[in-house]
Order: sequence, then structure tokens, then C-alpha cells
Amino acid sequence: MASLRDIKGRITSTKKTKQITKAMEMVSASKLNRAEQNAKRFVPYSEKIQEVVASIAQGGGDASHPMLEAREVKKTGYLVITSDRGLAGAFNSSVLRKVYQQIRSKHTSANEYTLITVGRIGRDFFRKRNMPVDMDITGIADQPDFSDIKDIASDTVQLYTDEKIDQLYIYYNHYVSAITQEVTEKKLLPLTDMNKDGKPSQSSYEYEPNQEEILEVLLPQYAESLIYGALLDSKASEHAARMTAMKSATDNADDLIGDLTLSYNRARQAAITQEITEIVGGAAALE
Amino acid sequence: MSTLTVSVVTPDGPVLEDAFEMVSCKAESGELGILPGHIPTVAPLTISAVRLKGEGKSDRIAVNGGFLEVRPDKVTILAQSAEKPSDIDIDRARMAKERAERRLQNKQADIDFQRAEMALKRALNRLDVYENNF
Repeated sequence: MASLRDIKGRITSTKKTKQITKAMEMVSASKLNRAEQNAKRFVPYSEKIQEVVASIAQGGGDASHPMLEAREVKKTGYLVITSDRGLAGAFNSSVLRKVYQQIRSKHTSANEYTLITVGRIGRDFFRKRNMPVDMDITGIADQPDFSDIKDIASDTVQLYTDEKIDQLYIYYNHYVSAITQEVTEKKLLPLTDMNKDGKPSQSSYEYEPNQEEILEVLLPQYAESLIYGALLDSKASEHAARMTAMKSATDNADDLIGDLTLSYNRARQAAITQEITEIVGGAAALE
Repeated sequence: MSTLTVSVVTPDGPVLEDAFEMVSCKAESGELGILPGHIPTVAPLTISAVRLKGEGKSDRIAVNGGFLEVRPDKVTILAQSAEKPSDIDIDRARMAKERAERRLQNKQADIDFQRAEMALKRALNRLDVYENNF
């Protein structure tokens, strides 16, 4: 049995760890709040842009744009959104596992795909496995601005426009609720399912100067906004995942402290009993 | 007099939502003036100032590209960033202008050149909107 001092030491260190996890839980909770608000503020923009894109795609039959048409796939791009830091439960590992399995099952050589990563964990994961990471961005703020992501979003869209990649998938954690996050796979480019979803357009527009030129401006902006939307979603998930992970860490610390206190008291009692027995034994020997 | 509801929306949230009588802006094909009852239109915007005129008030907004969607009683401007004069960080805009000018002077790779040109346009537009408002 461990000595009294050992147990006491473990209790103290567990208590200290618990303080840290508790603090991290509360920090994540407040960040989650802000992230949710950010995601909410983005909604009007994304809804509006979607509405306009859908109405153009449905309205004019003759409008065409490379981003709307599927072409033969020679190279696939994967945009993976992870966090910079760990301690967020299964947040990063579930996304990375999914991407890794997809790549393993679909591609045989490294020439057939390329990766674009957001977040340090994702970058390090793929680098370590010698997979081609074409672009990466780290150090995204907890409350990202559109300008933080703009460069990588437009560069990614540019890769498609330059025909360096022929389709683009995005992987991220979709925020369902504070305790549930879902790994989501979305086909970002080409925008082929544009016509199917969404309600029929309420109004037909005049295009100034014409549809092609509007699509030229609109579609890259639309694709970039989808990437930004995914990032906000993923940020909310990250904070939620970290909060849940830290909450269960705190609960586990509580359990552990309870168990340790019990065995501490037992050991203490055993020591006292032993002492008494020794004194009684000693006194009896004297008589 | 009838009015238009104007809303300016960016990925970082709505910038402005109010009623105005007239919107004039610079689209890629030229200047556009919009009054209530306009036919539904979509037009891409340049990096420029959007001028809003209402009853006894007028407003200017610096928009960085994006586009304009017009309905008979509503105008929506969707841009990647848009600022009211009071929200413009004037020091940042000045610095961006100087930086872009410096880059343009020592022309190197052409991708840098394009970027610097865009940055210069944005900075000049912000400065213009800021200065003409005060």
C-alpha cells in the first residue's frame, strides 16, 4: 500500500490539474459563446449570396462558368480545417482520420491529390506522413475575421481556376450542439449541385452588364464565403469540443480525488490502529 | 417620398440597414443610380464609395468589390468588406497606402504587383471616403 505521503502528493497534484482543466473549460465556454455569435452574424451574408447565386444558376440557361461545370478529375484538392492546439477531445483526430481514410481509399499515388490545411495539427499530421501539403495557414484567431482567411480562400479557389485541381472537398467539424460535433465532408468545387437545392427564385434579375461577368465576380466570392462559413463552424465546434473534453477531465479529477481521499483515510486509520496495537502490545509486555 | 431599404452585408456581419431615397454607386460597367421602384438587377461593384441619400441625411460607405442586388423596394450590397467613415481605421489605411506604393515602385513578380495595386485601390478608397466625410 502506498504511503500516506505518496497519496497526499497525488491528491495535491490532481487538485492542481483540476484547477487548470476547470479554468480551461470556462475559457472555452466563453469563447464558444463568441464563436456562436460570429457564426450567426455570418448567416445573412451567406443566405443572401446563396440566393443570388441560385437564382442566376436557375434563371439563365445559357450562363456558364468553369466553376459550374464538372471536368475530368486528374487531381483532387482537400481542404482540411483543424485547430492549432490539442486538448480538444476527438476534435482533430476524427477529422484527420476521415480525410486519411478517404485519401487512402481513393488515391494510389501522391500526384493525384493535394492538401490545404488550416491549423497546425492538421499540417503536422500530413507532413509527418509525407503527404503533399500545398498550402497551410496557422495561427487563426479564435474570433477570425474574414480578412484572416481571405488569402488562403482565394488562393484555393485560384488553384481550381488555374486547373491545378479539378475538384475540391472540404472537411471540418460541423457544430451541431455544445456536446455534438459532426465531421462533415462537402464538395465545394465545382458547384454542380447548385440547381438542385434551394427554392425557385422569386424574381428574375436584370444583369448588368451580363450574366457571365457577374458569375465571374460572384462565384469566387461565393466559394470563398463557403470556406469562411466552414471555418466559423469549425471554430465553434473546436471550442465546444474543448469545453466538453475539459469538463470530463474535471469530472474525472473529482472522481480520482474522491478515490484517493478514501484510500488516504484508510491508510491513515490503518496507521493509527497499528500504532495503538503497538502501544498496547508494548504495555502488555511490560506487565 | 418613397424610400428604399438599403442593407450592406459583409461576412463579418451587417454594416448598415436603413431607409434611403437614392443609392448611387460605381459598378464595373459604370456609374449606377438607383431610385425606388427599380427593376430587379444584379451588378458587380468596383472598389469605390457607395453614396446613400435620404431625407436630410447622406452617407458614404467604402466597399471593396462585391456586388449589388436591387429589388423594387430593397437594395442589398454584398461585399467582402465595407466600412462607414466612422469605422475606418485611418492610420491603417495610410500605412497600407504607403506600403502599396513602395511595392509598386520596385516592381518584381507580377502577382505581387497585382496585389499591391488592389491594396492601393482599397487604401485610396478608404482615405477618400474618410476625408470627404469630415
